[in-house]
Amino acid sequence: MTEVASFAINYLQYLKPSGKLNKKALPEFAKDSDELIKMYKLMTLTRVFDTKAINLQRTGKLGTYASCLGHEASHVGVGAAMREDDVYAPYYRDYGTQLWRGVDMENILLYWGGDERGNDYKNAPNDFAWAVPIATQCLHAAGAATAFKYRKEDRCAVNAIGDGGTSQGAFYESMNVAGVWKLPMVFVVVNNKWAISVPIEIQTATETIAQKAIAAGIPGIQVDGNDVIAVRAAMEEALERARNGEGPTLIETLTYRLSDHTTADDASRYRKDDEVEDAWKIEPLLRFRKYLTDIKVWDKKKEEKLLKECAEKVDVAVENYLNTPKQDIGAIFDYMFAELPDSLQEQKEIAIEAAKHRTGGHH
Amino acid sequence: MTTSENVRESKVHKITLIEAVTMALAYEIEHDDRVVLLGEDIGVNGGVFRATAGLQQRFGKERVIDTPLAEGMIAGLSVGMATQGLIPVPEFQFMGFIYPAFDQILNHAGRMRHRTRGRLTCPMVIRAPYGGGIHAPECHSESTEALFAHLPGIRVVIPSSPQRAYGLMLASLRDPDPVLFLEPKRIYRMQKQNVIDNGEALPLDMCYTLREGEDITLVTWGAMTHETLQAAEELAKEGISCEVIDLATISPMDEDTILESVEKTGRIVIVHEAAKTCGVGAEIAAIVAEKALFDLRAPIKRVTGYDTVMPLFRLEMDYMPSVWRITNAVKETMEASV
Repeated sequence: MTEVASFAINYLQYLKPSGKLNKKALPEFAKDSDELIKMYKLMTLTRVFDTKAINLQRTGKLGTYASCLGHEASHVGVGAAMREDDVYAPYYRDYGTQLWRGVDMENILLYWGGDERGNDYKNAPNDFAWAVPIATQCLHAAGAATAFKYRKEDRCAVNAIGDGGTSQGAFYESMNVAGVWKLPMVFVVVNNKWAISVPIEIQTATETIAQKAIAAGIPGIQVDGNDVIAVRAAMEEALERARNGEGPTLIETLTYRLSDHTTADDASRYRKDDEVEDAWKIEPLLRFRKYLTDIKVWDKKKEEKLLKECAEKVDVAVENYLNTPKQDIGAIFDYMFAELPDSLQEQKEIAIEAAKHRTGGHH
Repeated sequence: MTTSENVRESKVHKITLIEAVTMALAYEIEHDDRVVLLGEDIGVNGGVFRATAGLQQRFGKERVIDTPLAEGMIAGLSVGMATQGLIPVPEFQFMGFIYPAFDQILNHAGRMRHRTRGRLTCPMVIRAPYGGGIHAPECHSESTEALFAHLPGIRVVIPSSPQRAYGLMLASLRDPDPVLFLEPKRIYRMQKQNVIDNGEALPLDMCYTLREGEDITLVTWGAMTHETLQAAEELAKEGISCEVIDLATISPMDEDTILESVEKTGRIVIVHEAAKTCGVGAEIAAIVAEKALFDLRAPIKRVTGYDTVMPLFRLEMDYMPSVWRITNAVKETMEASV
């Protein structure tokens, strides 16, 4: 027998859980402490926001909410590497990336608060809204990349899914076509080890998710998803390849879902406390703060000031969200088609009249 | 003849329904840079039915793209392309293979405008040949337009002649929302009509009255318009005057044309190739019952495919409504009249 192909998967980490560097040569962006602080601030804001959102749900002011606790490095590393006019196709807990890209916190709250206007991103007008069916957005990103390539635009599409999403056909189908057409895009898999109650061992027999790229003929890399420097470095390299016409890359970011799946879930039913406790020891903010403190660009005072600022920003967003009146029922008809068909006009009138006579229920 | 008349004259083509589809696609590719065709075997091969014959040679591989073989992928990719400013025209080789795309059509294409409050939209034309009668293998002959007519945010359009194929295809390509354009493949090459290649679209969301009559309304669409018109012709010899309406846009439905006709005739028979239960005929019957019950002089009747699996081709013509079944249903309705 002759070997006709062989492959290897590399793992990338800059910041160890201790906050010490395990590589000497830092990527260019990481030599700029202002840039690192900007990333740290956004990661912190993401966490403060997330904590607040869970509290809002617990007090009946928000619907079911999918927390992103522990994903901050994976999210911000992805967002920070992208350009503004790139397009992002998120899964439903990618808030860190979205906040970096200009999605407002009010948008996130409105969406989980049961209002479609949450998906109307004023400052990220071409980004996709969260795809709720799993992994379908991989194809949307591939379609966006097809459009960019067709118009010869210097833009990339990026999609993110979770480890559970890698079991879906859409994941393989999109990598396959992106590989054949050398589409300008990056596939991000945030491997947080759990798809609701199903651990990664039940999703796949492979050692890594990154190696799933091999079947599509594209590069795959595994990075420490709790290390924002590694995530951004891998993303920047992948985006550069994409912009150079060298095609897509699959990036697996290894992290951990520190929260329940959503506020409707109770993870203590299916996973052990000590596993979660161990995960807290390697979480992304802790090591990044240690590193920034070690290089003398961060201290306790700055941390306190930041937490206060984040809390204030989140409070403003919450206030705006809570003060947004619900839409008139007619709105559900107005966005079905560019022009309202006659048959819907009739139903719209009934709905408006019925709403006037409705009693009870929540507002 | 003046020069302009010469030009106009040269644009008249005596063509089949499938050639009209090709001609409309070519017209729009030529006039709108955003239009991109994609699908399996549509490039060099021109599609298994040749609906895209010659288009890749004429417009290039960027405009007419051969894709890997994955229908869900083709649909999802089209959603992504549409939201970012293109007008993709995905072809599904046969309607029997469209189901992996159902998720993308239902959960994304049909919802995009609504869930983003108009920020992102999905202008796209999803093409699929459908229906029986061409001796095709298994899973190649079904008519499942009702599955898609049930979906909010999706237009379902079915042409029944070369002229309407050309005009309705152009209208679908210019519509700002997703359209499922189902092509009745049994009549792809059944008749030729003069079609002027002038880029003029026909209106969507509108029925087309194919024959005017006084005694009974026959509503149908796609290939079944031919059996229905034939039945009307035979019935005319027996003194029964049938009005034949081609639904054309299955959803959203033009209720007014149907209701006005029923108001005049007092009777209605609905003819479709698809299975009976929850078929589009049921919706038409319900609309007539809701809005024109007291205009009716006889119970509503449906002549449809049966609620069975579509048989393999030895029995397929016995599955589909025949001229005899239609004339028989009309006669029964006439006899049952008050």
